[in-house]
This record gives sequence, C-alpha cells and structure tokens, in this order.
Amino acid sequence: MKITSDTTGRVLSTGAALVTILLTLAIIVFIATKGLSTFIINGVPVKDFLFSTNWFPDRPLEEGGPQVGVLAFMLGSIIVSLLAVLVSAPLSVACAVFIREIAPFWGQRVLQPAIEILAGIPSVVYGYIGLSLLVPFIREHLGGLGFSVLAGFLVLSVMILPTIVSMSVDSLRALPQEWKEAAYALGSTRWQTIRIVLLPAARSGIITGVVLGLARAFGEALAVQMVIGNTRKIPGSILDPVITLTSAITMDMGNTPMGSLWSNSLWSMGLLLLFISCLFILVVRFVVQRSEMSQ
Amino acid sequence: MKARSADKLATAIIWAGALIVIAVLASIIGYILFNGGKSISWDFLTKPAQVIHSGGGIGPQIFNSFYLLALSMLITIPVGLLGGIYLAEYARPSKLTGGLRLCIETLNSLPSIVIGLFGLLVFVNMTGWGYTLMSGALALTVINLPLIVRYTEEALQSVPASLREASLALGASHWQTIVKVVLPGAFPGLVSGFIITSGRVFGEAAALLFTAGMSSPALDFSQWNIFNSSSPLNPFRPAETLAVHIWKVNTEGLIPDLRRVADGSAAVLILIVLGFNLLARWLGHRIYRHMTAT
Amino acid sequence: MSDSKISVKKLHLFYKDFQALNGIDIEVRPQHITALIGPSGCGKSTFLRSLNRMNDLIEGVRIEGTILLEGSDIYSSAVDMVALRKRVGMVFQRPNPFLMSVYDNVAYGPRIHGEKNKRKLDEIVETSLRGAALWDEVRDRLHKSALGLSGGQQQRVCIARLLAVQPDVLLMDEPSSALDPKSTMKIEELIRDLKQRYTIIIVTHNMQQAARISDTTAFFLNGTLVECNETELIFTKPGDQRTEDYITGRFG
Repeated sequence: MKITSDTTGRVLSTGAALVTILLTLAIIVFIATKGLSTFIINGVPVKDFLFSTNWFPDRPLEEGGPQVGVLAFMLGSIIVSLLAVLVSAPLSVACAVFIREIAPFWGQRVLQPAIEILAGIPSVVYGYIGLSLLVPFIREHLGGLGFSVLAGFLVLSVMILPTIVSMSVDSLRALPQEWKEAAYALGSTRWQTIRIVLLPAARSGIITGVVLGLARAFGEALAVQMVIGNTRKIPGSILDPVITLTSAITMDMGNTPMGSLWSNSLWSMGLLLLFISCLFILVVRFVVQRSEMSQ
Repeated sequence: MKARSADKLATAIIWAGALIVIAVLASIIGYILFNGGKSISWDFLTKPAQVIHSGGGIGPQIFNSFYLLALSMLITIPVGLLGGIYLAEYARPSKLTGGLRLCIETLNSLPSIVIGLFGLLVFVNMTGWGYTLMSGALALTVINLPLIVRYTEEALQSVPASLREASLALGASHWQTIVKVVLPGAFPGLVSGFIITSGRVFGEAAALLFTAGMSSPALDFSQWNIFNSSSPLNPFRPAETLAVHIWKVNTEGLIPDLRRVADGSAAVLILIVLGFNLLARWLGHRIYRHMTAT
Repeated sequence: MSDSKISVKKLHLFYKDFQALNGIDIEVRPQHITALIGPSGCGKSTFLRSLNRMNDLIEGVRIEGTILLEGSDIYSSAVDMVALRKRVGMVFQRPNPFLMSVYDNVAYGPRIHGEKNKRKLDEIVETSLRGAALWDEVRDRLHKSALGLSGGQQQRVCIARLLAVQPDVLLMDEPSSALDPKSTMKIEELIRDLKQRYTIIIVTHNMQQAARISDTTAFFLNGTLVECNETELIFTKPGDQRTEDYITGRFG
C-alpha cells in the first residue's frame, strides 16, 4: 500500500514535469512550423523578409506582387525597447540602491510596496494610461500626433521597472555584509562603497534584470500598440509614430485569412519573437554562468 | 572634499529617482481611481456592454474574467503543483531536471502575444472550437504554469528539513511525508502564490485576443445548463474579458461614452488586481498565524 | 591620561531595549597590543566596533559615554566619520576581500582618498603587501581575483588593504578564527610585527593567542569590563575570581 502510493506520487509528479516540457516543445514546434511557411510555401527569401522595408502584403500581381519585408517592424521593436531600458535601468538601479543602502526604512515601507503595485498593473492599463494621459500631453506640449516612439518607450520603461528593481535588490541583498563593513572601515563614503564595491559585485544580477526587462519590453504587445500610432515607417524622430512586431501581429492577425501570405508573414514575426525571447534566455544564462565561474 | 560632495550629490540623485517612481505610481493610481470612480455604479458593473449606443456596462466582462480565471486555474493548479513537487522533492541534477528548468524559464519569458498565437493555432483552429472560453483558459494555462510551478517549489523548499526528517523517521513514505507534512507546511506560501498568479493572469489580454475572442454573446444568467449556448457557464462560447474590453474600447471603440467606459473599466480592473494582491498577503499571513497558533 | 591613544569613559551601548555594554572604562596605550577576551556574547566585539563607529551601521544602536581618540571625542557631532575610519581601521573575523584583483583591493583605499598617480599606487600596493608579509606570495598574480587566494592569504590581503590607508589604530575582530593553524601563526607573527608602528586592539576567543601576542589583556563578561591589566598578570595572577574561572576553563 505504502509502495503503491509512493510510486503513484512519483509517477504523477514526473508526469507533470514531462507535460511542462512537452508543452514548451509543442509551442516551439507549432510556431516554427507555421512561421516557416512564409519561406517554405510562399518562397519568400529569408533575407528579403528580415532586411527589407517593403511591406505590401496584399499588392496585386499587376502592380508588382506582394512583398513582406519586416525591417521597419523589427527596428521599431528594437528602438522602442532599447530606449525603454535606457530610461528604466538607471532609475531602477537607483531605486534598488535606495531600498538597500540609502534609506531602508522608507525603501521597505514605501518604495518597495509601490514597486510591487506597479508590477501588478496589467499591461492594458498601462496602455490606457499612456493613451489617455501621455499621448495628449505629448501632442499638446511637444508636438506631433502624440502617438509616438516617445509615448511607447515611456510606457514600457515604467512597465519593466519592477523587473529590474527586484533583480537588483535581490543581488544587492545577496552580497556579504562584510564587504560593506570593510569598505566603510577603510574610510569610504557611502557613495564610494556603493559605486566601487557593491554595484560591481552585484553586476551580474543587475545585468540579468536589465536583460529580462528588455525581453519584457520587446515582447509587450498591447500597451505599446495602444500608444505608438502604428505607422509602417521607420521613425525619423522620437515624436514620430512607429510600429513594432508585436503591434503588427495584434492589429492584423484577426483580419487576415489563415494561409495567406499576409497571415503567414505575421506568423513568421511570431517566430521571430519566439526566437529573440529564447536568445534573451541564453544571454541571461550566460551572464549567470560567468558570474558563478568568477566566484 | 570631492568625495564628500560626490556622496551628497549621489544621495540626492537617488532620492530623486525614488521620488519620481513614487510620483509616477501615485499619478497612475490617482488618475485611474479619480476618473474611474465617477463612472462606477451598480448599473455599470452589471449591465451588458453596448457596441454603438451609450450607456453600456461591463457585467458580462467581469463575469467572463473570473470564470476564465477559474477554468484556467482548475487546469493549471494540479499540473503546476505536481511539477513543483517534482522539482522540490524528486528532482536530482539530471538532464530531465535541467530541461524542465529551461522550459519553465522559456515559458515564463515568452511574450504573451506569442502564447496567444500558439493558442489560436492549437486550441482554436486545430480543435475546431473557434474562439471559446476553453481555448482562452488553455492559453492562460501556458502563462500560469511556470508561475505556479515556481511558487510551489519555493513554498515547498521553505518547509524546514527537520519536519521532513521527523516524518521519515516515523516510518512514513516519501509521498506520505509530502502529502501529510510538507504540503500543509507550505500551505500559506502556496495560497499566496496561487492568488498572486491569479492577479497576474486576470489582467492578461494579449493572449486572449485570438483565443477567447473579442466578443461576448448575449448571456442569459437564468440559464444554468452549461451546454446551452446562452448559458454563462458554457465553456465553449466566445468571451471577452475585462482586460480585452479595455483594449478594444480604447483602440476600436465606437460608443459615444467611450471615455466613461474606458475609465470605469480600468478602475474596476485595477481594484480587482490590487484586491488579489492584498488578499494574497493577508491570507498568507493569516493562515500562517492560524497554523502556528500565535 | 595623555599617554593613552584611546581613552574610554563610562561607555554604555544599547541595542533597542537590550544593554550590550555597561559602563566600560579603559585606556589603550599606543604601540601596544591590547587583547579583548571573554565568552561569546560578552560584548567584546561590540565594544571593538564602537571604536570606529561601525555600530552606526546597525539600526537601533544607541551609545552613552565618551570615547576619546588622542583626546578628542569620536562621537561628537563634529567628527567626520570617513576621516575617523581612515585613522582607525578594522580587520574582520572572516577574510572579506572585495570581488576585485589583489592589486585593486589594496589600491582601493588610496584611490578613494584621491590618489590617482599610477606609480604612487604601485608603490603603496607593494609596501602594503610587504607590510602584510604577502608580497612574495602574490607578486606574480597581483591582477588576479583576490578571492582565488587561500583563507590566510585573503586575510593578509585585507590587512594590506588596511595598511594602504595608513591608519593609526588597527582593530582586529578575531582575525584568525576562520583560518587554519599554520595561517594563524603567520597572522600572529604579522601582528607582532605591526606593533612597532600601530596601536592594535584585538578581539580573540583564543586565550593562548591573547597570551602569545598581547601586552595588555582586558576580560569582558556580560557587557562589563571585569579586569584590564598587563597580559602576564592577567594570566598568572588574575585580580578577579571570574577572570580566573574563565582562563582556567571553569567557565562555560
């Protein structure tokens, strides 16, 4: 009796582990199969897909036939998410340092709960705030339509802040207290201790946080789509509208017949997103591994 | 001296950073609650939405969100719990364990729009169900699963080894120890983990656009036969959730009172999500106190 | 008391509601090694950490009484903490080199205090490492991580790092408790050496160590200073029954 329940338990939990693995593989296989059909069935060269800005997915044959180059979408995603990280990373590290080193009292009682609330706000709500506060503000005070690169990366920078802060706080917390004491005992100021001893030692955790934040910004769909205007053009300034991979999928997936070149190329964009998010995981693993080796 | 003024300057900048974040949060929450608070009324919370006319509510959307969450948790919790048990109790450093961890990491960082695409392909098209609650629930499961596995593993690992050893020393089997000692010990952590996960998927929209759909058929709340297509409980009907509704109203809305509906919906969503977070904290705390009898 | 380096009067220290030190009076002579002994939890480390205001880092610590360093109160509001800690350096229980190369560890102090000249830094690093009797062992791996050294070497890196800021007083909190016997001997030798130039206060739970290296020994018990005298006297003719009980091992 004992043996059977023990075996059942082991089999069940191993089964759940296998289901999780199979599910992940299924996602990769299905998205890949569907995403590759642009190249296999429609015969679009990978080079044209990735490096061309010509996006005429339904142009009739007599006008030159359809073309699906997603460079503008990809650049849009890259620009918006990189700028978001550029704003968010310094702010997040400042918050983490504030919580751990500058004012633990206020940090733990006010700032940390505040950041947890930010983490809980759904992305559509960020989009809604961007749309109803940020876009009109930009339109009235900075010019342009308001729907812009600027609105996109500002919304994202707030969204990814909790990710970077929590990773940074964790890695600062993991540092031996003795390092801090040794630095102070040598007559360092607080800032010298933070800048020269603590932050470099917490580097790998902070980098991991930044990469995860970048991944989140890159993959976010709705919050971005709601505020960037979605014009299929490479933006000339941060006040111009822009389009990203995710927002193109969001807007067009429901309106294109399955199996058409247009729909297939949307799937290829999905595959591209999947591929890039796997790439981010590899980067994180690499950073973590390297820091483990150096210790 | 230079070092000292650098210290002062850096301190000031870091304080400023912290204050900026607080100000941003305060203005987001303040804006939502101030504007949304005006729109919330009993009618708004219960009446169905309108497509062209004004005066619509979000009753069915709220119901759909909760129902979808329940359906999805019903699937995820058993699988995720067992997966977490596997990692915390059975996993040895092996290819399978390493693979599982990599998969969980992968699932966790997949953009939700990609999960939506997978759902569209498998749960909507291949099953032939079309846009249904069930397809949406399964897509949400993909988002839930890595979270639940992780929270379970953490909660189980926080149970002191001495309890485990005590149980094993009394002649209990590993599985009996897990069920009778470890799981009850991990209960507060598990419950708050599940609720935090609920809060996160409650606001999910991108994965649902192409799985549960963006429309809600007229629901008859007196029809409780789940096979009837107008029954709210029928899992094979399309269902627009509150989060999807917010997206749709803001981007494609045609109703004249768009602002009112958008503001009100955002406020309701935020209140529910914050409610989940508070509940998780409070419940985790309370159960813990109850169990340790303090 | 003009010949005292450090002079402590009626020092009380509270941690929240708990009184950790109760009216400590002690004079520390320059160029001497003073050992603080006593059972764990007796307050000797806490006392040591109040001499360079390390306790200020801990929330809820409150101090009464005075500590004079060459006649000036280190707890007066005019005191610059950074300058104080530069003068009163500290070696910790566990070796704690930073996550940097040996060179950067030792050069850390001079750099934060404004030294930029590469040649000067090289010089300070070499002198300090020689001062810590480590130069010959690490001269070939100066630019590799300090965490790759043995425990005893790491502790000597920490001592070198401290010497590089040219302190007056060295506080040592059980500096060899995490080391093997051989490294311990090396550290002890080094401490005896350093006495020529520095005032040293060392906390140790090892009575033989106190007897071997110190000139003066102070015995702490439950937050009070029971007795402070020449080391030889303490170990041969203790003035207090409790001291005798402790050093003869009749004590928990």
